[in-house]
Amino acid sequence: MTAKLQLVGIKKKLRGRQVLDGVDLDVAPGKSLVVIGGSGQGKSVTLKCALGLMKPDAGKVLVDGADVTRMPAEIRARVMKKFGMLFQGGALFDSLTVWENIAFRLIYADRVARTEAREHAIETMRKVRLAPEFADVRPIELSGGMQKRAGLARAIIAKPDILFFDEPTTGLDPITADAINDLIVEMVKELGCAAVSITHDMASARKIADEIAMLHGGKIVWRGPAANIDASGNAMVDQFIAGRAEGPIQAVV
Amino acid sequence: MINPLAPIGRGTLAALAETGRFSLFATRAAASVFSPPFFLGQFARQCLQIGYFSLPVIGLTAVFIGAALALNIYVGGARFNAEQFVPNIVVLGITRELGPVLAGLMLAGRVSAGIAAEIGTMRVTEQIDAMNTLSTDPFKFLIAPRVLAATLTLPLLVIIADIIGVMGGYLVAVNSLGFNGATYLRNTIDFLEVQDVVIGLVKAAVFGFIIASMGAYQGYNSSGGALGVGRATTNAVVGAIVLILAVNYLITAFFVE
Repeated sequence: MTAKLQLVGIKKKLRGRQVLDGVDLDVAPGKSLVVIGGSGQGKSVTLKCALGLMKPDAGKVLVDGADVTRMPAEIRARVMKKFGMLFQGGALFDSLTVWENIAFRLIYADRVARTEAREHAIETMRKVRLAPEFADVRPIELSGGMQKRAGLARAIIAKPDILFFDEPTTGLDPITADAINDLIVEMVKELGCAAVSITHDMASARKIADEIAMLHGGKIVWRGPAANIDASGNAMVDQFIAGRAEGPIQAVV
Repeated sequence: MINPLAPIGRGTLAALAETGRFSLFATRAAASVFSPPFFLGQFARQCLQIGYFSLPVIGLTAVFIGAALALNIYVGGARFNAEQFVPNIVVLGITRELGPVLAGLMLAGRVSAGIAAEIGTMRVTEQIDAMNTLSTDPFKFLIAPRVLAATLTLPLLVIIADIIGVMGGYLVAVNSLGFNGATYLRNTIDFLEVQDVVIGLVKAAVFGFIIASMGAYQGYNSSGGALGVGRATTNAVVGAIVLILAVNYLITAFFVE
């Protein structure tokens, strides 16, 4: 079976620093891959390269086996329709209401009529358990957890093939974080899509991952089923999941 | 040993690189105005935001400048008994130069800064990235409507500024310099040529394009949180003002020669 999404030898240099030094990753349809790693190890850059928001210096990003790295913008926009992304801070458009945010792709990219788009948005709000009475407020009036739900609703409204999550639980209290984790698992299962998440929250990683990969020094240093994470045999993984300052990884303070 | 010429060379190269980057950005912005999809709702909203809501600023600027201009020309003209030329020089100065340039400078402050701050905040909070993942090109959704609205509404604002500026001169001339109102208006209208107004409107359209594209450029390329957005806003205003004044000279020289 061809991978839904495959990263081959991705390299990226930013401000003179080699952030990614040959990252290889792939995720099969219907599987959830979580990339863990410390701050500044290139998790976000990996995600941005996969999404096409950043051009890698070398390497390829394959979606359904087709290289999307060097596609013209119009064709990439079509590939983007297969993607849904939940941003770390929500990245909701603060000039639009919650329902317009959720239905953004339908209104502005697919040119669906507003009344129909609104119905769709409210239906999706129910799915992520966001009360429909919030449809007409601005995102700024929502709590952090509700913003994540709205962001998730916006990501899944067009039934994507691949969902991306950037630190889905960062900034949330443990209970809300767990609710968001449950929601992610539920949505990924319901849509049957592939999921790629980056996080440094191990509780979140254990909950949502089928497979876990650890990024360190611009490379994938370990990869395996989520169930094997405690018996990885890799000193860096052990240090990371135990959260120890001493070990092969030097803490950056 | 540090080469004393190195900083000069580095500065020159950086300035050239920046000019090149802005030119590419402005070209892409202009191109995106003409290629679908078009976002008419966004365009209408920007016309309101950039054009209509700038009316008070433009009107106040124009009336005071027209009034001050009339006074100065009266004093200057009196030195060689040419006080009667006040209406002619006021209307010429306003339509060809002060109307478009002052409207441009005021809007560089109001509009360029606003666009840079809004798009810059969208950049640092990943809203621009989010828009890309939603299959919507930020150049078409955010930048093209702003650039088009500014390019089209600034000439309209300048027509209004011209009229209000002439009115400012008229009020001062009639009420405190002893001019006859009817004669003043007759002199103004007889003296004014179509070309004077056209030059002013051409300038206004170009300034409108500069204002919106400079604001968008700085905002789009901002990074580093609140500090970065602040820097983008300042750079947008300074960049737009400098460019407006330089281009104003070039357009004037082109029409005069």
